[in-house]
Amino acid sequence: MNRVTLFSICASGGFLLYILEMVRRRKLREEYSILWLFGSALILVLSLKQDWLVVLARAVGIVYPPSFLFLVGILFILLILIHFSIAISKLHQMNKKMAQEIALMKGNREENAG
Amino acid sequence: MGKTPPSILVVLPVYQEERSIGGLVRSLREQLPYDVLVVNDGSTDRTSETAKEAGAIVLDLPCNLGIGGAVQTGFQFARDRGYDIVVRIDGDGQHEVEDIPKVLEPILAGKADAVIGSRFLGETEYRGSIPRIFGIGFFRLLVNLTTGYRVTDPTSGFFAINRRLIEFYSGHYPSDYPEVDAYILMHRLKAQTVEVPVRMYDRAEGKSSITAFRAVYYMVKVTLSYLINCIRRFG
Repeated sequence: MNRVTLFSICASGGFLLYILEMVRRRKLREEYSILWLFGSALILVLSLKQDWLVVLARAVGIVYPPSFLFLVGILFILLILIHFSIAISKLHQMNKKMAQEIALMKGNREENAG
Repeated sequence: MGKTPPSILVVLPVYQEERSIGGLVRSLREQLPYDVLVVNDGSTDRTSETAKEAGAIVLDLPCNLGIGGAVQTGFQFARDRGYDIVVRIDGDGQHEVEDIPKVLEPILAGKADAVIGSRFLGETEYRGSIPRIFGIGFFRLLVNLTTGYRVTDPTSGFFAINRRLIEFYSGHYPSDYPEVDAYILMHRLKAQTVEVPVRMYDRAEGKSSITAFRAVYYMVKVTLSYLINCIRRFG
């Protein structure tokens, strides 16, 4: 077992536990934890199962198998970032709606008071 | 129905216009028999108080939503209160109050769903900066090519819309340069649009919401948003 795979096992295993703990303490919502859990589990499995990693790396034409881990990691980060952009857009929309509702309600209230 | 005159609301989206909004609201109230709604887009100065003192209905947004969100709040107010027509003009004195009847006329005659005041029709003394003229020319081309509307002033913020568009825009209204985007929405709704010549001045007070630095960003963003609106579904 070379050093980079050992490091990868420790890092992704620790990461997985950290995410689970955050969800358990309700500091991270389940819906946002799914991608994190899935991503760290995938990297953990590939670090443990060297043979699978080699096969998968060969299949996509990567000579140095740990590079395949990096590739998976980077793709996973991209996916998470897109997920965040979508979540932010949704919040933006909700925020706009709420601001408009508040303005309309305040307008109604002032009219009734005056 | 039909016998009562249509109820008309003048909507002014404003941000930090305490110096010009009072006079504008007063001249609207003096010259026209319509209700005046000022949508205060999160100003931190005395815009809201000044507008109220001048006799406008004022809606205060709790935070700055940008021009599209502010104007949309005005449409939602008009929708809830049953107004038949909304006239939207700038809150900074760029538009001429006396031109409002001209913008209303085709809607009152039932000839159009939307009437847009154009600074380029008829005799014009409007002289914009070169980047602005370039931007307007670009959007004009974009609108004309995709909708078939013959538009001279696609970024004009001086327009009137009828009940049908008030209801639609209350649910869907774009955020930046909403007027350009609105053309594709109107095209999708098969709305009738008419342009009428109006006067437009350089801004009296305050800063334009468009600085040169952001112009290119907005052009890209609006073009993207416009093209996506061509293929979007509206439920």
